Amino acid sequence: MKLIFEKGAPGQHLTLMPPCDVPEVTLANPRTEPLDLPHVSETELTRHYSALAKRVHGVNDGFYPLGSCTMKYNPKINEEMAALPGFAQIHPLQPEETVQGCLEVLHESEKLLCEITGMDGMTFQPAAGAHGEFTGLLLIKAYHAHRDGPARTKIIVPDSAHGTNPASAVMAGFSVVNIPSGEDGCVDVDALRAAVGPDTAGLMLTNPNTVGIFDKNILEITRIVHEAGGLCYYDGANLNAVMGVVRPGDMGFDVIHLNLHKTFSTPHGGGGPGSGAVGCKEFLRQYLPGPVVVKDCEGYHFTKPEHSIGRMKDFYGNFLVVVRALAYVLTLGREGIPEAAKNAVLNANYMRKLLSEKYTMAYAGPCMHEFVMTLQDLKDATGCSAMDIAKGLLDHGIHPPTMYFPLIVHEALMIEPTETESQETMDEVCGVFLHLWDVAHNDPDVLHNAPTKTPVRRLDEVGAARNPVLRYTEE
Amino acid sequence: MNFPAELKYSKDHEWVKTIDETTALVGITDFAQSELGDLVFINLPQEGDEVTAGESFCDVESVKAVSDVMSPVTGVIEEVNAVLEDEPQLLNEDPYGAWIAKIKDISAFGELMAADEYEAFVQK
Repeated sequence: MKLIFEKGAPGQHLTLMPPCDVPEVTLANPRTEPLDLPHVSETELTRHYSALAKRVHGVNDGFYPLGSCTMKYNPKINEEMAALPGFAQIHPLQPEETVQGCLEVLHESEKLLCEITGMDGMTFQPAAGAHGEFTGLLLIKAYHAHRDGPARTKIIVPDSAHGTNPASAVMAGFSVVNIPSGEDGCVDVDALRAAVGPDTAGLMLTNPNTVGIFDKNILEITRIVHEAGGLCYYDGANLNAVMGVVRPGDMGFDVIHLNLHKTFSTPHGGGGPGSGAVGCKEFLRQYLPGPVVVKDCEGYHFTKPEHSIGRMKDFYGNFLVVVRALAYVLTLGREGIPEAAKNAVLNANYMRKLLSEKYTMAYAGPCMHEFVMTLQDLKDATGCSAMDIAKGLLDHGIHPPTMYFPLIVHEALMIEPTETESQETMDEVCGVFLHLWDVAHNDPDVLHNAPTKTPVRRLDEVGAARNPVLRYTEE
Repeated sequence: MNFPAELKYSKDHEWVKTIDETTALVGITDFAQSELGDLVFINLPQEGDEVTAGESFCDVESVKAVSDVMSPVTGVIEEVNAVLEDEPQLLNEDPYGAWIAKIKDISAFGELMAADEYEAFVQK
């Protein structure tokens, strides 16, 4: 397929621009070379993007069980709300009194999401999950610095964590202490006890964890960290399994981030925009990034917390993503939020049970909202790896699950169906998985050669990583 | 799979080639490179770094994951094999030729195995 730069011809352009109604000025240092822009007609431009869209697989096209990513359906009412002119056609520098509705959205979202998570305050500035982690860690850092106690420089991260956890900790200036998981995939409490000390700044954890298991020792884990003087950070990647059922705040967490673009059904994948809202307990609110919204008898206002860590992003974060999340929370309501979580868990266990007929589960059941299979035995028996099965799924119009994660499981496939898939869809998908298991045994070359029905065949990932081409040039 | 007899091996899948009593070359084994898959990046240590047996001194990246490389000895980095930065595939193609670092002032060796012991270890 041609790039947009390779299409069209000089002289082709879009419909005529309206006349300029502001005074023209000459720049002090104007460009001497013309910009290298595409020369295409509006027709050709539209066709180009339609052709690209046809090659994309999204949750609107088919099953998309990307573990730890919660690729749930995004209800269209969210889009309708975000498109309301009062939300969409505003300017970030407008006077507060002319955007009271928008401020109310931020205030109301903070209140409801704090209720769901057991937190007391929230910022919507971070643009996505890892940005939220970074923000939360800066809150922990500000807290320890403000107390003037011993230097607390270490963040404890279990070996099953998302790679972003240690990366964010290092970005925030901490050093990382890795602790092993037990055989059940949960935190090894003795290893944690041995790892904490006067230099512990905090612990980063997801619960349910990355293998889809709720850590039954969670209260003991957070107590051990608190008794050592550290704080507990909750990575909200897996909140979908427990939202409205149990609250991270009640588990003992002090700071959390939510991926509004996962758990609260705003579109994601392909680069955003996302929203990594960060919530915290009362004693940390003074450090939150500013501005935050407060309400008094005259209405809503922006204000900066007393010991704010400063801005994490321009203006107020990805505001329209927050509008979508609020629409979702209000649509589901007090009964719907926990019902969604329970159905996510039910769906994962349903698929887990069907696939157990042939596939080996990495951990004994039951699971929460996702589960991990290990295909090591299939690879040993047939030569077909998790990668081959994933490529085989593509030929059946199914997006592969998360592969080779978590790293502690060999030949891992991690499946998260979410609550928005029907039993019929899951039956069909499990049928494909079981069929591919047979293909691996009977005709493994079919899987080694897959995919054959996609716009591109198997990509040279190694070549792309060793010799990346990051920029278009005419040659 | 290849296990040269003149080398010593760690249970973390690094090999050690002793040059004299306190100097050695270290790298990753054939088994390690085949488990990791095609390597696309190596984050080499720096000359002068102090390394400790059993602790990470370098990391390698495949399409699948980033993995720590544990030092099989305690000592000081004398030299690194900088050519690996541009050609990490050498770790796959010639794991025993593609040494990662030359370590001097070795004060301790980790638990190391002979070739036949290591071969039995990885076949378990």
